[in-house]
Amino acid sequence: MKVLTANRLSDGEAVWYAAGGWQETLEGAETVADKDGEARLEALGAAAFAANQVLDVALVDVVLDDGAIVPTRLRERIRAAGPTNRNDLGKQARPPVAHAAA
Amino acid sequence: MYRYDEFDRDFVSARVAEFADQVDRRLAGRITEDQFRPLRLMNGVYLQLHAYMLRVAIPYGTLNSRQMRMLAHIARTYDKGYGHFTTRQNIQFNWPALSDMPAILADLASVEMHAIQTSGNCIRNVTADHFAGAAADEVADPRPYAEILRQWSSVHPEFSYLPRKFKIAVTGASRDRAAIQVHDIGLHLKKDADGRLGFAVYVGGGQGRTPIIAKKIRDFLPEEHLLSYTTAIMRVYNLHGRRDNKYKARIKILVHETGTEEFSRQVEAEWAALKDGQLTLPDADIRAIEAYFAPPPLPPRPEGDEAVKLSRLDSRSFSDWLGQNVVTHRHPDYAAVTISLKGIGEAPGDATDEQMDAVADLAERYAFDEIRVSHEQNLILPHVARADLKAVYDELVRIGLATANSNLITDIIACPGLDYCALANARSIIVAQNISRRFADLERQREIGELKLKISGCINACGHHHVGHIGILGVEKKGAELYQITLGGSGDENTSIGEIVGRGFGPEEITDAVETIVETYLALRSSPVEPFIDAYRRLGPQPFKEALYAGEAKAA
Repeated sequence: MKVLTANRLSDGEAVWYAAGGWQETLEGAETVADKDGEARLEALGAAAFAANQVLDVALVDVVLDDGAIVPTRLRERIRAAGPTNRNDLGKQARPPVAHAAA
Repeated sequence: MYRYDEFDRDFVSARVAEFADQVDRRLAGRITEDQFRPLRLMNGVYLQLHAYMLRVAIPYGTLNSRQMRMLAHIARTYDKGYGHFTTRQNIQFNWPALSDMPAILADLASVEMHAIQTSGNCIRNVTADHFAGAAADEVADPRPYAEILRQWSSVHPEFSYLPRKFKIAVTGASRDRAAIQVHDIGLHLKKDADGRLGFAVYVGGGQGRTPIIAKKIRDFLPEEHLLSYTTAIMRVYNLHGRRDNKYKARIKILVHETGTEEFSRQVEAEWAALKDGQLTLPDADIRAIEAYFAPPPLPPRPEGDEAVKLSRLDSRSFSDWLGQNVVTHRHPDYAAVTISLKGIGEAPGDATDEQMDAVADLAERYAFDEIRVSHEQNLILPHVARADLKAVYDELVRIGLATANSNLITDIIACPGLDYCALANARSIIVAQNISRRFADLERQREIGELKLKISGCINACGHHHVGHIGILGVEKKGAELYQITLGGSGDENTSIGEIVGRGFGPEEITDAVETIVETYLALRSSPVEPFIDAYRRLGPQPFKEALYAGEAKAA
């Protein structure tokens, strides 16, 4: 399963694609589970990059854990939450997003 | 310290205006990311995991209180209230918006600072001994030469598109505190038998994925030839350095593949055509730059001895700090102070805006307005009267920067790692924090003695793990963090590259592994004054391997 992520051009904020647009949290991002879905998200990402909305566009692996989207790689969990040494920074500072690691 | 002249001022203002225009056009979508990326990198703007990052140059790690206050202002106004001092004696801000970059750079320019050449395949910030101008063991201040190199290398048309980035370090002391032998060019300023100043020139050192110790290609280069000889080296590199493979593009690979003798021959041949030409530095010019770095007038403060003696009797913690973080100055009434940015459990190198402001106040009041950033990610007040040490200490206690751990096991270098960096494979900061907490007890740290522990979150080695007495390299293996340990590295005048001790450790195991190494050292050192690095060089890796992996061998 994958989600589409990027960083916003104006401020570098990590964003994820959800139906209708880019949002600042991973929760509620659109997940795809097949090649067609991936191709569709990839095309959306390429278009957003070309339209100068976002950069560093990537499809990343996620799993569903109790309904919550959890990236497979620690790198993406940290992007979704914030630095693990500073819980007062990043998206985790805006509850209720879980921390990337204890 | 150096002050901008008209040329510097115009150059930096023009660059701010140029980059502001480029940012505007990027935000308006008139230029693409592919077009913009090299432009933003030339101005120190990276994209990391959570946001953009701005790396600001602090030439040879020297700044004044006004500049430090501006860094605090930027942290407070455009960032999240802190900055991260780096192993290149620079500072990084982790959260600025692209749209704020023009304002930030304009603020920096107002105090003679910029972010030019803090990225890209050009000559980066020239680093120097952080005790320059203060050290008792110094032949001469290396910073005038670092400044000459800075002026010469800034947007140098021939050297702005090198095969790869290029790092130069200069020391003026026999004790190398600038790690010159792991730089692309390392310069050791010294005097010849006639008392003339010149350099021993080292080339082709570096860390990263292929750590190599630099080769000395000249024992004494008279100072007036600094630029012609450096140009000769750069030309050989620019011509022959590999551009086909990013990982083999640094000068260390060229020197290694060409052979030191042949490489030197090529440099000498190139230099023969340049020597005594227009790149020869007129003595008057060197002395004029040197004048900018003239030490502050240090009035006699003989009351310092008595004051320090009394304060030591009065306060054990002051005494500990004095013993660890204060070093001898060339003037007997003065001392150089290391302000540790390695508080127990803190992120190495981070300082809040309030701390930066407070350090600026201290520098202004007690240290002739001079501050240094060390490549070990601490701050230095290079000239403090011994009579004022207690007052400085008390203020450092108040702002939480009085940790007495300079050169001890908790004085850890760590890169930002996977908590921030887009290149990292594993976290560094949290490993540093856990080790710091484990060894929090100062008495224990002092019993262990000098021990340089350095952590990188990927093979690029920004955390200098190759030259750590204990080095830790974070890698990603099967989706998890794994930490490899190297032992026996050193980044001083006896530079050595650490050796991998064995299989790596998980995040939950690495602190225990470090403790096992330390306990092994304590049990085997010849006496309490034999430092870790000496013991390792005497004992070799075997006892440490046995201590770390003996159980496994039996199990197998």
